[in-house]
Formats: sequence, C-alpha cells, structure tokens
Amino acid sequence: MWINDDSNASTGLNMMNIPASIPDIQDQLAADFEFLDDWEERYAYLMDLGKDVRGLSQEEKTLDNLIKGCQSRVWLTTRLENNRLWMYADSDTFIARGIIALLIRVFNGQTPADILSEPFDLPERIGLTAHLSPGRANGLAGMLARIRYDAAVALGDRKN
Amino acid sequence: MSSNWSAKTGSEGLTRPDWDAIRLEFPALHQSVNGCPLAYFDHAATSQKPRRVINAMTHYYQSDNANVHRGVHNLSQRATTVYEAARTKTARFLGAADSSEIIFTSGTTASINLVAQSWGNAHLKPGDEVLVTGLEHHANLVPWQMACTRTGARLKIVPVNERGEVSTEAVSEMLTSGTRMFAFCWISNALGTINPAQEWVEMARKRGITTLIDAAQVVAHKPINLQEIGCDFLCFSAHKMMGPTGTGVLYGIKSVLETLDPVFGGGDMIDEVSYERSTWADLPYRLEAGTPNISGVIGLSAAIDFLESIGWASILERESELLSYALEKLRNIPRIRFIGEPKLRSGVISFIADGVHPYDLGTLLDEQGIALRTGHHCAQPLMRHFGISGTCRVSLALYNNHEEIDRLDLAIRSALRLITNVDK
Repeated sequence: MWINDDSNASTGLNMMNIPASIPDIQDQLAADFEFLDDWEERYAYLMDLGKDVRGLSQEEKTLDNLIKGCQSRVWLTTRLENNRLWMYADSDTFIARGIIALLIRVFNGQTPADILSEPFDLPERIGLTAHLSPGRANGLAGMLARIRYDAAVALGDRKN
Repeated sequence: MSSNWSAKTGSEGLTRPDWDAIRLEFPALHQSVNGCPLAYFDHAATSQKPRRVINAMTHYYQSDNANVHRGVHNLSQRATTVYEAARTKTARFLGAADSSEIIFTSGTTASINLVAQSWGNAHLKPGDEVLVTGLEHHANLVPWQMACTRTGARLKIVPVNERGEVSTEAVSEMLTSGTRMFAFCWISNALGTINPAQEWVEMARKRGITTLIDAAQVVAHKPINLQEIGCDFLCFSAHKMMGPTGTGVLYGIKSVLETLDPVFGGGDMIDEVSYERSTWADLPYRLEAGTPNISGVIGLSAAIDFLESIGWASILERESELLSYALEKLRNIPRIRFIGEPKLRSGVISFIADGVHPYDLGTLLDEQGIALRTGHHCAQPLMRHFGISGTCRVSLALYNNHEEIDRLDLAIRSALRLITNVDK
C-alpha cells in the first residue's frame, strides 16, 4: 500500500538523507539500551522512543494497514521512494509504539534488498525477546513481516 | 476423605489447612519470571496443577497405559477400571443421580457444542428462542448462534446492568413461552459475577424450559450439588480445577441425554454396525466416540481428590479472604477502576487504569513476574457493553497468598508510575 504523502518520515530524517546501515543502527540502539540499568528504565526509554512515531490519520488506519494482533492495535504502511522504503505507523498502546519506533529507526529509508537480507536481532540484544513470540499481541513479528513483505513487493516491482 | 493439610490451628482453635504446604504442591508456582518470583493470577484461564495430578497421569502412562473398554488383557482392564472409577467419582463429586449421566469431553467448549448441536437439532425449530445472558464467554454464545442459524431459532440475550450483574427479574421477563433453552454461566469468567443458578433453573423448569449451566469458573471454587441445582445440563473443564487440559465433562439428566443423537460416530459408541446401518451403545458411551482422553480423565479424578482433601469449607473461606484482601488493595490504587461491581463475586477482579491500555499494564506487570490476563476474556459483547476493548483481570485460587497480592499492588503502582512519566 503506497500512500502519497511527502511529509518527513517519523525519525525526522529528511527524505534525501541516506541512513546508516541496518547493522550499524542496531548496534547504536543496542548500545543506547546497554546504559539502562533495569526493566523500568528500558521500558521508559522504549515508550519514550514511541513518542517520535508520527502516527496516522483516521483515514490511514485502514483494515489493510492493521497488523493482526488481538490486544494492541498497530497500523503500518510503507511508501517506496527512489528505491528506499519509508514507514508510517500508529498504535493504541505505548509499548507497541515504542517497538514501532525501533523498527522505523532501523528500517526507514533502507533499500528493499537490505531490508530483506539484513538480520533484525535488536529485540534479543535489548531484552525484548518476549515480544517476538507469536502469541505476543503487540505484533512485533507482524510489523516486521509487513515491512519485509512490502520490501519484497517493492523488489518484485523493481525487477519488473 | 481425610485431610493431609490440617497443620495449623487458628486463633479460634479451629484447625486450618497449612496453605504454605498446599502451595508447595504446585511445582509451576515456584519459579522466577523475568528475575522475579512468579505470582500467578490467571487461574480463570487455567489453573496450575498439583503434584498429585501430575503424578497420577505419569503413573498411568508408566504403568497402566492401554485402551479402555476393548481388551481382555490385564492392562486394558486396569485402564478401564481407573477410567470408569473416575466417572463414578465425578458423578459423586457433582451429586449426579447416576454415573451414566457423566460424559467425558475435551472441555467446556466441546460439552456446550455437543448440546447445541445434538439437542439443538432435535429440539429447536424456526421461531423458538434460545436465551443466554450478556455475561457469557464466547463458548456459551457462539455455539448457540450457530445452532440458531442452523435451525431458524432466535438467540436472545438477557442484558447486563452497570454492576455487571444480570437481574433475576430480567431473566424472568425473557423466559417466554417461546423459550426452549436457557444457557447461562454460573460465574462470569470476565467479571467474577456469581449468578443465582438454582433460582434461575427453578424458574425455567417451572416453565418447561431446558437449562444448561456453564460451570467452567465454578468447579475449583464452590461445591456443586446437582440434585439441588436441578439443571438439565452442566459443563466444565478439568483444567480450571487443577486438572489437565483437554478434558471436560458434560453432565446431563439421563432422560434428557437419551434424546441426544451422537454428534460423532466411530469406535466405542456403537452397539452393532453393518454396512446398512448402525445402532448406538447405551449412555454414556454413545456420546464418547473414539478413544477418550484416558490420562486426562485420570488427572481429573486426581484433581477431585486434591480439592476434597482440602475440603470445601476451607477453600471457600480461603478464597473469600484472599478476594477481600485483593479488592481492598486494588481499590486503593489511584486511577484503577473496577469493571463490574457485582454483589456476589467469585475470585475474579476485572479492572482498567484510566488512560492506560490493559496491554501496556499487563506487559509491565509481566516484567515484574506478575501473571494476569489482559484483553477481552473471550467476552467481546460484554466489553462493548462497558464501552471498552478489554480489561486487566486478576483471578485467584486457593494457592495464591497475601504476599503475592501485596506484590501485585506494588507492581501495578510501579507500572502506572512508569506510564504516567512517559505520558507527560
């Protein structure tokens, strides 16, 4: 689902900016989290990151953009621009917004090929592994799958 | 049954069970979660299992494992003996008139579906009404929706009031001459509301209406005497009463069960089979096609022994004390609002914190080793009635203790503090 919206991505990156590499951004985020002593600080930081997520308008919160999860609702949509994928998302819970913020930091403005090939191991590294299990309703696995699906579609489009 | 637990003497000189010793019987309770001791408050979803249940099932697989009702060999006879003894024990536990009134199923859901399909097909016709309450778990709602769609009957819902109760007056008004079935939960899994089951059944019976009780939330908390209740059907699961998953019971009055055609055909449920036709075995086997969950039924039997070894008077007293303590603690936390304030409440407290998504709260509690349930509790229409998408639910059992409730109180306060700081 591509939307025509020329506002900046929610990380604050300018569209023309080329982000650091996916492994480098994960290293940086993991280092940021390492400074945090306990679960309270980790979650405070995660939820604080979530405040950067720009959010979506009511019109953009479509069923198509809704990541299936039974408790927190997460909407995510992407747009391809100059072979780079940009993400827009929203959620009704603080923790899910924090997780979206992590995903956006890592993947925003990356090429579809990199999004598909680079591993995403940040949750394990910062002690959020529990959120990866399929039952966890914040939908991290679903969000990641959506980003990778859109990257695959983008890659397919490009090859055509 | 003799009690193993009468170790402590209270101030009134009455002997009380040693709850610490009882708690030690549950291996899964003694572990760390996210670096904190586990505090398990999700009993209404499934209870933890005592050693007695685990050992009984292990013993069956290690020593007696064989298929039931079939073999002349010793193992099969042993398996059949324990399996049928479990049926007799369950019948006595519930006060059923006869052990053939006990049908073993895979759980409450399967029991209700069996009735909704089999009884529904035999007795429902266009224009008939099926009555349920607004408190039902989806398991006592969706099967009736399906039965009504199939037969042309109408599903009617007795409304819930703001306290999360269903009034007996409302039930009485809605039990009409068109009502064929009144199916209701004795205790609400989402709010803990205790319904006056006996009174409702009596009202329905006087009008010739068949009754089904979803007793899933009752069996570990209150004694059941079917001769007093008088319902036609009663359903529950073993796993909410310290027994294993995948095992449940459908109780039915024999004369009513006899009107049910089997939903499943296969082994063990037949009298004679030819290529032209088959005839059915007697109750209860007619409704138990295929190899049953033998180890599960043995686990259920051990769970009954376990509950009875403590005794209902002690269990009722303990749970009521824990509930009062938890209600008082939670009520004093700023921003917490109870969803449902029923006058008669089982050990379930549903709440929300203003401006906080239950999911966020639940996750931050899990980080502190607190296991509770967040979400709609399989009761979406009920959540809509309260204008919310879900709650946090604390559910208690006899193995919980005051210290865990103190930790719950502090953990909720920590979580809310954290969220409030982020939300500034």
